Order: sequence, then structure tokens, then C-alpha cells
Amino acid sequence: MTFRIGPRTSQIIFYVILLTMTAIVVIVLFFIIFYVLRNGVDQLTLEFLSDKTREMGKEGGILPSILGTLFITVVATVIATPLGVGSAVYLVEYTRAGPIRRIISFGADCLAGVPSIIFGLFGFIFFVISMNLGWSILSGGLTLAVMILPTIIRTSEEAIKSVPHTYREISYSLGGGKLDTILRVVIPTALPGILTGVILGIGRAVGETAAVIFTAGSSLGLPTSIFSSTRTLAVHFYILAREGISMPKAYGTAAVLIIIILAINFIAYRLMHRFIARYY
Amino acid sequence: MNCAPNKGGVIIAGSTSVQPFIEKVAEHFMEKYPDITINVQGGGSTAGVQATMNGTCDIGTSSRNLKPTERGLKVILIALDGIAVIVHRSSPVGDLSVERIRRIFSGHQKEWNESGIAGNVIIPVTREEGSGTRASFEEMIMGDEAISDACLVQDSNGAVREIIATTPQGVGYISVGLVDEREKAVAIEGIKPTLANLITEKYRFARPFLLLLREEPTGNVKKFIDYVLSEEGQEILAGSGLIPANKVAAD
Amino acid sequence: MKDKIAEKLLLFIALSAIISLMLITFFIFQQGIPLIFKAGLGNFLSLKWAPTRGGFGILSMVVGSLMVTAGALAVGIPFGLAAAIFLAEFSSKAIQKTLKPIIELLAGIPSVVYGFIGIVILVPFIRETFGGPGFSVLAASIILGIMILPTIVSISYDALLAVPNTYREGSYAVGATKWQTVVLLLLPAARSGIVAGIILGMGRAIGETMAVIMIAGNALKIPGSILDSVRTLTSTIALELGYAAGDHRGALFACGSILFLIIIVLNIIAIRITSRK
Repeated sequence: MTFRIGPRTSQIIFYVILLTMTAIVVIVLFFIIFYVLRNGVDQLTLEFLSDKTREMGKEGGILPSILGTLFITVVATVIATPLGVGSAVYLVEYTRAGPIRRIISFGADCLAGVPSIIFGLFGFIFFVISMNLGWSILSGGLTLAVMILPTIIRTSEEAIKSVPHTYREISYSLGGGKLDTILRVVIPTALPGILTGVILGIGRAVGETAAVIFTAGSSLGLPTSIFSSTRTLAVHFYILAREGISMPKAYGTAAVLIIIILAINFIAYRLMHRFIARYY
Repeated sequence: MNCAPNKGGVIIAGSTSVQPFIEKVAEHFMEKYPDITINVQGGGSTAGVQATMNGTCDIGTSSRNLKPTERGLKVILIALDGIAVIVHRSSPVGDLSVERIRRIFSGHQKEWNESGIAGNVIIPVTREEGSGTRASFEEMIMGDEAISDACLVQDSNGAVREIIATTPQGVGYISVGLVDEREKAVAIEGIKPTLANLITEKYRFARPFLLLLREEPTGNVKKFIDYVLSEEGQEILAGSGLIPANKVAAD
Repeated sequence: MKDKIAEKLLLFIALSAIISLMLITFFIFQQGIPLIFKAGLGNFLSLKWAPTRGGFGILSMVVGSLMVTAGALAVGIPFGLAAAIFLAEFSSKAIQKTLKPIIELLAGIPSVVYGFIGIVILVPFIRETFGGPGFSVLAASIILGIMILPTIVSISYDALLAVPNTYREGSYAVGATKWQTVVLLLLPAARSGIVAGIILGMGRAIGETMAVIMIAGNALKIPGSILDSVRTLTSTIALELGYAAGDHRGALFACGSILFLIIIVLNIIAIRITSRK
């Protein structure tokens, strides 16, 4: 290469470019969060959080959407957690490299890359129409369960893998069977890591729009059962912002959404950190 | 598993144009009858017809007349809704001929004749394929001309309104009842889409808002429909900028 | 005995992901493929999309999706790689520990929030600065580019860290500077991981829906410049699904089938690349 500038100068130029670009990435992130929070925080009154939605969201609060989001997320988590953790246990404790393991891994990896609109189409045709569950918390929750499954599988798998082998050997030497060892030693030890996966899954579910708008609908009523249609916070925010129904309410809803996501990620990060600190 | 609607609840689904108005009536209704929940869904007119036919909802809504293939449902007219052509608040455009609207949306006219619009280009915004509002607009204004592929496409009255409200060069069409102070409705052939002009049918561009039923209404469904058609219900619809059915019938 | 039952049960559970994937594939194709045959390939690959009147051409949407994805990569790759290199090679442990989770946090921000930022800041800015409607290929590319950053950064970072330290030491020993080491040695060594990250980011961009609907304007015409509005496969599905019945719905599932195929191919390539190591 024929650079005229000396190696020291080019080194500095290179460093400055990288630093600037990284700084831009971080600034953009902070700007998005800051912008939404600054414009939305004024809206965050107890009334806004606890009042029914009126006039399509122009007036009133976001209680129905908070409850809708909560219920859908609970349904998704309750279904996806046992499936995800079970898959991870099987992958780590029961398989060696081979076709079954490859198939299971492929399924999880591929599912992780499927875009949410495809989950929306699938949930709509499978749960809403074929299984006749209608636009409901149940349909939305089931769709999201499929969507967050790979997150839980992958994180739990890493967590279970990192449980030291000596733990298992000690359990066996004390006469524990394989299942006992998994239930009493492996899972409890890996629990913080598993929880991290579950929490990250919850974070994905809370922020999702495309997959829930076609499966849970957009009703503003207070959900009364698992068959009620509902409008999650993300969907409500989408409609408020897109249709210009009320910018203050849109910012308020976005702020609630961002705060929940930040809290979830923070908890997941802390848990993971503690887990790593303990075993590495 | 059966998705039997929960006791005491009424599920309404269909036209996104009807949704905000029926939602408003439902709010008043639920204040009067707190033990009856009314659940209002969007989905679109076609979805409303289908949901009524297969029983996914108790009441369907439609913002267009039913097609020959969709017969067999009981249809109740609750109001007429004018379609307004809207431009940005600051736009000098105040009156458009049907011919000119047609030329704009078919892509034959790409620039404003009026001066004072930044960049001078026209940014037309239309509704998506399948929308009842789009179907009515095509039928009443476009005639044989097709809407151009170059138009921006949005999937609700509100989303169209939001773009027009923030785009000085924009032009779109939405329900008269949803026009607010951030954009303005133009006169068509010199006639403004006011309530008076709509009731006297001087402003001709209006489409029906329909409730759809599979069978004779009973119980809570009947209670709600009676309420929509009552003096009070019709008053609420009129207050939101629609021409209530009782006014139409009186003419 | 108990262990045997547990193993069978766990195997069944472990198949849930692949079974879900098969169900999704089945239902999307079952709803979409018949329409492609009914309409005929000529119609399906044409430019005319008017599904309520027999026009089922998805060409402009496919082109739209590809344009927006290319734009997203043009924004996401340089910034993503720069951040990954900076973090992996030029930062202290403390900075790595703070910045990496912060950048990964970008992935957690809901796509509707990105779309919203696009509507209130980016679209008016583009309209006033460059002209056109503002709702454009450019707006969608920038927002999607930001959205795929965490994927690219995080996977490239891991790939760089996985390059053995002996590479770096050897390079310095022969007198290479740090940036020469990065460009000539580390990037090629970490290539497969970086490519996998880019491919996964590409999948994310091509599949993103809500943010794109909000800022792309969704005009069907193939854009003539990056300031023109654009329609993607995903936005067509989400815009029209609520209203669609019969063949129209079939056509949207056909769009979904094409999208799904693209994604699966991208996924398989990415999985192949990463598992080769």
C-alpha cells in the first residue's frame, strides 16, 4: 500500500474515525430514549396509568393497554418457559452431537430469525381462524410464546452448559438419578441464567406490534377474560402516533413502554452479570 | 375450542372508518349500562362482513354497501358519512373540481397550479387496496380512472390525516367527521362538505355507515342497536360530524 | 424408569421449536401458494398490484424490500463494524463492559418507537432539506440501519474477540501498527462471524414491518430515487391484511411465503457460516 502519511498519523486517523462512529451509535441510542422520555414524562400521572381509554385514546388513560400487555405477556411466558427450558435441558443433558441435536438447534436458530409479521400471519390463520380463538389475549399470547421460544432456549442452554461438571458428578456420587440431578442441582444453579432468558423474552413480547395486532386485535375495552380482544401498549402507541390521535398521549404511552423495556433489560443484565461473576 | 362471546359482552368488528364513531356511542352506552361490555374492533369492512357471517362478532360494521356476493345479512343504516378531500392547513387550495381531483389521484397532474406551496409538487395520499373509504372514493370521484401507484398509501383515516396535517404539499381524502383544525376540507365544485350541505345532498360525496347482523337482534345486541338508533345515539353521531340516519329517513 | 419417561417427555418438548417452524411453514405456504398457481407466475411476478381486481403482481414490493434492505446495510455495516472494532480492539475492559450492553439495548427498543422517531424527526427533516414527501427510501434505510446495528455489532464483536491473541502479538512483532493489524489480519480472520452478523441484520431489515410502514409512505410505484416513497413486502401484508378476504388474503400470504423463503435462506446461510468454525 502506498500511503504517504506515516504510520502514527494513520493510526490516529483510524482511531478517531472509529471513535466518532461509535460515539454516533451511542448518541443515537441515548437520543431516542431521552427524546421519548423527555416528551412523555409529564404525562405519567397516576390517573394516566389507571384510567380507562376514552375517545379512541384522545382522552383518558392507558389502563386497558397495561392490563392487555400484562395478560398477553403472562400467557406467552407461562407457555414458552417450560418449553424453552425443557428444550435447553434436553439439548445439554441428553444429546450429543448428532442429527437430533442438529435438528433441534436448527429449529431454534431459524425460529429466532423469523420476522414478527410472519408470526402475525401465522397466529392469525392458525390461532385466530383455524382454532377459532378469535382476536384474543389467548391468540396473541400463544403467538408470542412461539416468537420468544428461541430466546429462552438459547439463553437457558448457555446457562445450563456453564454449570460445572463437578456439580453433576457430586450429585451422582451421592446416588442422585439423572432427573434428580437436573431438577435439584443443574436447574437451580443455572436459574439466574434461565431467568435472564425468560426476562429477555418478556422484553421482546412487551415491545412487539406486528405479531399481536393481527392476533389480539385492537379493542380498547378492559379485558375481562382470556378470550377478550385487547390492544397492547405497543399497538396502542402505534395507533396513537400513526393516526395523530393525541401526541401527548402517544409520548406518554411510549415513555411507559420505554421505561418497562429499560427496566427489563437492566434486570436481565444484572442477573446475567451476577451469574457470570459466580461461575467464570 | 369455541370462542363464545363472554356473557353480557357485545363484540363489534369491521370498518375502521366506522370504528371511532361506534366507539364513542359505545362509551356513552356503557356509562348507561355498566354491566354490558361493548368490544369494538377494526379490521375493515370486508372483515366486518366475514366476521358477521361466521359469527366471530355479534355486530359487523361496513362503510360501503354490500356486494352481491355478500347478501344474506341484515343491514341497518346508522348514518351517512361524507368524504372530504383535505389539504394542509396552510394550502392556498380551497376548491377543486371533480375532474382535477381525478387528474391528481390518477397521476396525470403532478404539480399544484396555485402558488405558495413549497416545491409545488403534489403529494397525494390514498387508502390501501380493500378499504371501504377507497372503494367509495373510487366509485364517487375516480370513475373509470385508476388511482396512481405513485400515491402514498396509508391504512386508516387517521394516518392519512396525520400525513396531510404535516405535509404542505399533500392532498388526501377522509371522513368528513374526522377533519380537524390541523388540515382543511376543500370545497368540491364550489360546495363545502358542511353538515347542512350533506343533509340537503348538495354535497354528494357520502357513503353509508352500516351495522350488519346475521339474525334478528336479541338481548344486549338489541339493546345496543336500539341505543344507536335512539334520539340520544343519533345525537352522538351527529355531534361527531355524521348525518344521522333519522335525518336521512326524514328527507 | 422415571428417567426414561423424563427423557421421552423432554425430547418431545425439545422438538417444540422445530414443530413450530414446520407449522408456520405449512400454514403460510398452504394459504399463499395456491394463489400463485391460480394467478399464474406471469401475473404474480408483474408490476400490477390490484388484488381486489385480479392484479397480483408483487415485483414492485420485492424491489422495494431489496432497496430498503440495501439502504439499511449501507448505514448499518460501516457504523456497526466501526463500533465492533472500537469495542473489541481499542477499548478497555471497563468500556467494553459498559458499552456492549448499552448497544445491545438498542435491540430491545420496540420497532414502533423507531418508526415514531422517524415520523417526528427524520421524515420532516428529509422533506424540508432534500424535498419530496419525506416518507422515503432514505428515511426507511436510516431507521432500519439503526435497528440492525445491535445485531451487527454484537456478532462482529464476538467474532473479533474470538481471534486468538497470538495473531495480534505476531503482527505487532513484525512492526505492524494496530490499525494495520485490524484491517489486514483481524477482519479477515473474523470474516465468517462478521458475515453471519451482516446476514442476520439483513434478515432483520427485510422482515421489519411497523417501522417501515410508518416512514416509507408505501407508494406502490418502484422508487426512482432515494427520496421517493417505497412499498415493501412486509408493509403490504400489514397494510392490507385487516381488509383482505378471498384471493386478496391469499395474495398477502403469497407475499408472506416469498418473504419467509428469503428469510429461511438467509438463516440457513448464517447458520452454515457460524457452525463451520
